[in-house]
Amino acid sequence: MAWPSSQVKWLARVGRALTTLMMTLALGLTAGLHNAHALTAEEAYSISAGDNDARIAALQKLVAKGDPALPAFLEALAADKVKVASNRAYVVDGDEVKDAATGSPAKLSEDAQDVVNNNRMSSEIDAAMAAGKLASQDVAARAEAIDALSKAADESKLPVIDKALAAETDPKLKIQLKAIRAKAMLSSSDAGTRIEATKALAEEATPEARALLMERMADTSELDPAVKGSLQLALDKVNRKLAWGEYAGVLFTGISLGSILLLAALGLAITYGLMGVINMAHGELMMIGAYATFAVQNVFRNHFPGAFDWYIVLAVPASFLASAAVGAVLERGVFRFLYGRPLETLLASWGVSLMLMQGVRSLFGAQNVQVENPSWMSGGFDILSNLTLPYNRLVIIAFAVLVLLSMTLLIAKTRLGLFVRSVTQNRPMASCMGVNTARVDTMAFSLGAGIAGLAGCALSQIGNVGPDLGQNYIVDSFMVVVLGGVGQIAGTVYAAMGLGLINKFLEGWAGAVLAKIMVLVIVVIFIQKRPQGLFAMKGRSAEA
Amino acid sequence: MSAVMTSSMPTMSAMPAVTVPRSALGSKGWTAVAVAVITVLVLAPVLNLLVPEGSALHLSDYAVALIGKIMCYAICALAMDLIWGYTGILSLGHGLFFALGGYGMGMYLMRQIGRDGSYHADLPDFMVFLDWKTVPWHWAFSESFIAQMILVVLVPGLLAFIFGFFAFRSRIKGVYFSIITQAMTFAARLLFFRNETGFGGNNGFTDFKRILGIPIAQPSTRMALFVLTGLTLIGFYLMARWLVNTKFGRVLQAIRDAESRVMFCGYNPLAYKLAIWTLSAVMCGIAGALYVPQVGIINPSEMSPASGIEIAIWTAVGGRASLIGPIIGAFFVNGAKSWFTQAFPEFWLYFLGALFILVTLYLPDGIVGGVKKLLNKNKAEVEA
Repeated sequence: MAWPSSQVKWLARVGRALTTLMMTLALGLTAGLHNAHALTAEEAYSISAGDNDARIAALQKLVAKGDPALPAFLEALAADKVKVASNRAYVVDGDEVKDAATGSPAKLSEDAQDVVNNNRMSSEIDAAMAAGKLASQDVAARAEAIDALSKAADESKLPVIDKALAAETDPKLKIQLKAIRAKAMLSSSDAGTRIEATKALAEEATPEARALLMERMADTSELDPAVKGSLQLALDKVNRKLAWGEYAGVLFTGISLGSILLLAALGLAITYGLMGVINMAHGELMMIGAYATFAVQNVFRNHFPGAFDWYIVLAVPASFLASAAVGAVLERGVFRFLYGRPLETLLASWGVSLMLMQGVRSLFGAQNVQVENPSWMSGGFDILSNLTLPYNRLVIIAFAVLVLLSMTLLIAKTRLGLFVRSVTQNRPMASCMGVNTARVDTMAFSLGAGIAGLAGCALSQIGNVGPDLGQNYIVDSFMVVVLGGVGQIAGTVYAAMGLGLINKFLEGWAGAVLAKIMVLVIVVIFIQKRPQGLFAMKGRSAEA
Repeated sequence: MSAVMTSSMPTMSAMPAVTVPRSALGSKGWTAVAVAVITVLVLAPVLNLLVPEGSALHLSDYAVALIGKIMCYAICALAMDLIWGYTGILSLGHGLFFALGGYGMGMYLMRQIGRDGSYHADLPDFMVFLDWKTVPWHWAFSESFIAQMILVVLVPGLLAFIFGFFAFRSRIKGVYFSIITQAMTFAARLLFFRNETGFGGNNGFTDFKRILGIPIAQPSTRMALFVLTGLTLIGFYLMARWLVNTKFGRVLQAIRDAESRVMFCGYNPLAYKLAIWTLSAVMCGIAGALYVPQVGIINPSEMSPASGIEIAIWTAVGGRASLIGPIIGAFFVNGAKSWFTQAFPEFWLYFLGALFILVTLYLPDGIVGGVKKLLNKNKAEVEA
């Protein structure tokens, strides 16, 4: 039900301007009649004292009458400022005591008692106050009133709701009012009204409508078979309508997770897939990218607050360069000596990851740091009543596609890409042709590391940034690369999307943890069946 | 992308050539074993229980607990050496087998608490907390010590057997195997984290009161566990020593050095790999069962990727394919850990990380290999 916030603000502003205008006019007209009290002493007393049922009945009668003095009195009642003594109600504000009916100053007798409102009474008073505000010119005030009303919606509020519905001009609020009306009707004592309500809810087809219908279905007090049948029909209809939104939602979150996995695994596809380095520090390179984003964000916040929304434009290259630089150092310092010994690279890179994590803890502290979305990335598209696509997820999907395309082009079309391919295919021959293989290794490794940094930059926009950020992704990203087939970028893409979607679909009926376990088991079983991954290499290059 | 992007780095032989001694142990070796047995069986109990606390020779309770714990780790490292050092298969899943053994023991210890828990109920506290009325099916034998000890061996063994059978049958090798063992451990960890699984969720088991009816915290019980762990370690060492010198052990090393040649010679590596893999898992399970009563806690963090890799680093630091190496490695790394975490807690991870890197870069044969090299060099100089 989220609104684009800019629209709400705009409407609210217009509404407020109108209200001010009306108020000025009204003040001018009624200046002389300021103390107009239509509330009688008996009425004020009947709301304030007696048993709750009688109080509520009296309150509803007054609400239906639309008494102009009622709202002020109700506000006092809600704020516990009302006392009763000898069949009269008084409003006590500090030292000032007024008669509730006449508004004239009064003296409290010794035996005056506080009016106590229990939960039920409070929500009735709130609803009554809301009913008054429903006629307000201000959209925001009306929205608030509708919100308050929905908490105590029952049959007695129907006249008020109907009146408001007839007057309401705002389409969004109209929908909300209709929902409240259906809710109120659903609790009606008349079976015909209840059936009517189920039909209205079936038309509405929102998650809230479904919740209402299910609540009523589970209610054991519902005995009428006709109503029950109608409830079932409505529920089926709502479920059918909502199913599309739900499937689309799962599909979207699946693609979103897939794009994150893809970003995490693409760098690994180079360092592991092409160079054969089992880089357990890959996750920590992502973490460095995320912290680089954090640092750029802070610089913008402190020095260019006006351009804060665009810090991300600088954070992307910064995270790439930071991770790529660390990657180059690692390649020159450690992995260079371990080519061809994958298990050794696994251990050494694990050591690297421990040191990087501890290093970040020393520099930035062990706590998570706050990375804020630029304002244009918060919010989302409302597609259906139960489907919203958040902008930050959409941006990350687009970003993943962009990174994938540029990396593919880089490897396939550029001179550096040609060198990388030649060195990984046949190192001695490439060397004989004059390729500086050592330099190409460093370049390729830091490219992979830089892409990890980009993944970290993306992750900083949707999750926590902390020293452990990389640890959560390392197993997943290796799964993706291994599943896709080592050295296969197309395979990596399919594997990332496949794992993302499977994970989210399983999550729908098994819960997050079990889904994750199932995915891991599926991958393990899959690798047993196809040890070379989805796209096995064929021919000579598929060495024994 | 095309299939031309391949990874065909020159593959150097990852393992050093090891000369296997003819006899299982020389007379020097047997003396060393005898000294170790006497130390564990006589010296340590006497120094801890009989020598008064003020004396310089007194072995503190802290030291007993620490050494007992490290001996459990040493069993893991030894198990890792058999599968990695001698067969060339790096497992990152040994943390899981260790934890399974630990949980097996932990279940029994939880039932031994009886009504002394904070809820004074027959069921373990966490089950009362979850509002369970009876123990779940996998706790069926948890009252019986013998049955749980059989499970400590059986569960890791069976899991390893099934997992290994399918993995080795599909000829999953090298890094692939390492990564799927890690995935298996990761999945198990998530499973054990769930409260519904019935293993106490992320708190695991703790607050044990007694074992076999004897209070678990009293010094004599701790010493008995210490002695038991020490003897188990020595026993496993002797078994491994014998094993690697049998024909079976030779085939394992042949598989490590040139698996395809072993196959061309008419051997099927599957049975060999599966046997050593299962044995290795069982050893880890037993180590876990010995570890839990001494440390007093078991939780899913034992299954984290880090703990699996740490077992590998103990083995690598001490020296692969040298049996005594992993034991030395476990003592060295864990000794350093307990010192660092007290003296400079923030530097421990730097040290551990640097150790990983330096050992892989400069000490491929570990401490034992380095010492051997140094001795040989000296000998050569003396002869020249």
